[in-house]
Amino acid sequence: MAEKVLMKGNEAIGEAAIVAGCRHYFGYPITPQTELTEYMAKRMPLVNGVFLQAESEVAAINMVYGAAGAGARVMTSSSSPGFSLKQEGISYAAGAELPCVIVNVMRGGPGLGSIQPGQADYFQSTKGGGHGDYRNIVLAPNSVQELVDVTVLAFDLADQYRNPVLILGDGALGQMMEPVEFKASQSKAPEKPWAATGMKKRSQPNVINSLYLQPDALEKHNIRLQEKYSLIQKNEIRYEQLMTEDAELVLVAYGITSRIVRSAMEKARKNGMKVGLFRPISLWPFPEEALQRIASRVKMLLTVELSAGQMVEDVRLAANGQCPVYFFGRTGGIIPSPQAVYDQIVTTYKKGGK
Amino acid sequence: MAEVLFARPKALLDVPFHYCPGCHHGIIHRLVAEVIDELGVGEITIGVAPVGCSVLAYEYFNCDMLEAAHGRAPAVATGVKRVHPDAVVFTYQGDGDLAAIGCAEIVHAAARGEKITTVFVNNAIYGMTGGQMAPTTLIDQVTNTSPYGRKSAEAGLPIRMCEMLSTLDGAKYITRVAINNAVNMAKAKAAIKKAFELQLSGAGFSMVEVLSTCPTNWGMTPLEASDWLEKNMIPYYPLGVYKSPEGGSK
Repeated sequence: MAEKVLMKGNEAIGEAAIVAGCRHYFGYPITPQTELTEYMAKRMPLVNGVFLQAESEVAAINMVYGAAGAGARVMTSSSSPGFSLKQEGISYAAGAELPCVIVNVMRGGPGLGSIQPGQADYFQSTKGGGHGDYRNIVLAPNSVQELVDVTVLAFDLADQYRNPVLILGDGALGQMMEPVEFKASQSKAPEKPWAATGMKKRSQPNVINSLYLQPDALEKHNIRLQEKYSLIQKNEIRYEQLMTEDAELVLVAYGITSRIVRSAMEKARKNGMKVGLFRPISLWPFPEEALQRIASRVKMLLTVELSAGQMVEDVRLAANGQCPVYFFGRTGGIIPSPQAVYDQIVTTYKKGGK
Repeated sequence: MAEVLFARPKALLDVPFHYCPGCHHGIIHRLVAEVIDELGVGEITIGVAPVGCSVLAYEYFNCDMLEAAHGRAPAVATGVKRVHPDAVVFTYQGDGDLAAIGCAEIVHAAARGEKITTVFVNNAIYGMTGGQMAPTTLIDQVTNTSPYGRKSAEAGLPIRMCEMLSTLDGAKYITRVAINNAVNMAKAKAAIKKAFELQLSGAGFSMVEVLSTCPTNWGMTPLEASDWLEKNMIPYYPLGVYKSPEGGSK
């Protein structure tokens, strides 16, 4: 069994990527994810990998596009404003069906915002972000260990579906230190006969492309993409639920917020309130059906986010009017205390449900 | 038995070009393909196509290709080259793609000494979108977005990319050629070949700027366009080697 080591979240992502066989990293420094870029600068040469600090986030994601198209396991990382700049490239990668991993250690916005933790890139990550009808697989871990596990998984999913996979962390997760374990990776990149590697003995050139000038060809491409997304929705839903069986109120939260919410939930339980927690780990595909089932038997849902309310829209869609969905959010980089969430639970209880 | 003196290069697929009559892209494609054949690198060449008139370049070259977003070809090529250091990686870009939206990407690829070759087709106008002003549009040149002629007070002055990039230490071979007559075509091919050879030797970044015409958007016949190129473009964009391992020849 592997030894546990104390690691910062950002650095743990970097090591996990290396464990997963990633040997190409292209990035650009931005707080609060810079330690990941620095870690790759230090580690990649030691594993015969490539680290390149791009001139911009735009260039970095396009280097990822090139490397993914050339058949490599490749990663980039950024934080919110830089993630916005990557959206163009992510749309192209989705269109050209390129497997790649993109880490977003979220901070406050809009604009330059702050360097404190945030969760306001949910819309951008789960609803497209760039132009066109496409989806990214979006994974949102809530501990340093899970950052590691999810990073390895991300490379496998990217290759399996030939699709960009986003890891959505936040400033708190990126900066916190926790003990982690790196298991020997079972992860292995598949053969990529479609990649642009030089024709060698192939008779036909491989072309990596997202341009379909003929309307019927583009529609066909989009229909095929949607079929792939349906398959992902069927197979790749991940979530955790705690004490939801007898709950009257279920909290819904992801990432760092879910840990604060959990403390508040435990306090509420101690004080006799029947409270549970539902934590989506895959934000897309969103665990809609599981939440729908919960909504059918609880009195109310309370979504907590570090945003003005983004995931709550998906929670409402899942609840589909079966119970009231309340929202509590802080922005600006303010992380609510467990007490603040507890108080909110008490207030919400008083409002009542169905 | 008859000897074949002229045939389609192996590095070009047997597909009719979509380019307008008199456009030079077809000639430049052919020159690149002939160079790939002569160097025998077709099996290890990976091209990156641009956004613009030559967006469909991957339909013509018989080698692996990637389609890049507007301006991002040098970044995409960087990713490719870092995965396959032994491949011959080239970008094919127009002036809107390279000198406007992709200016940062080309400057930094050159500054890094990225071991790629850029074929930069400069026709002083945006062709695909229908004839708008490019960073390379000449002063007083009329385009759809400079209908009264490009004025420096409003639109600034045309960018000379060879001159600019040759100041960067990472750039190893920077040259400007033209396609307006047979002699210049031969020089253009020699320049492209040298750029590929330098890449194979691992020297660093190379770029061949090719002055070319856009008869359709210039509103001229192909012959008038070649004449206009010679009289107007070459004086502002002088031909010659701006940088090479042996020094510039200008």
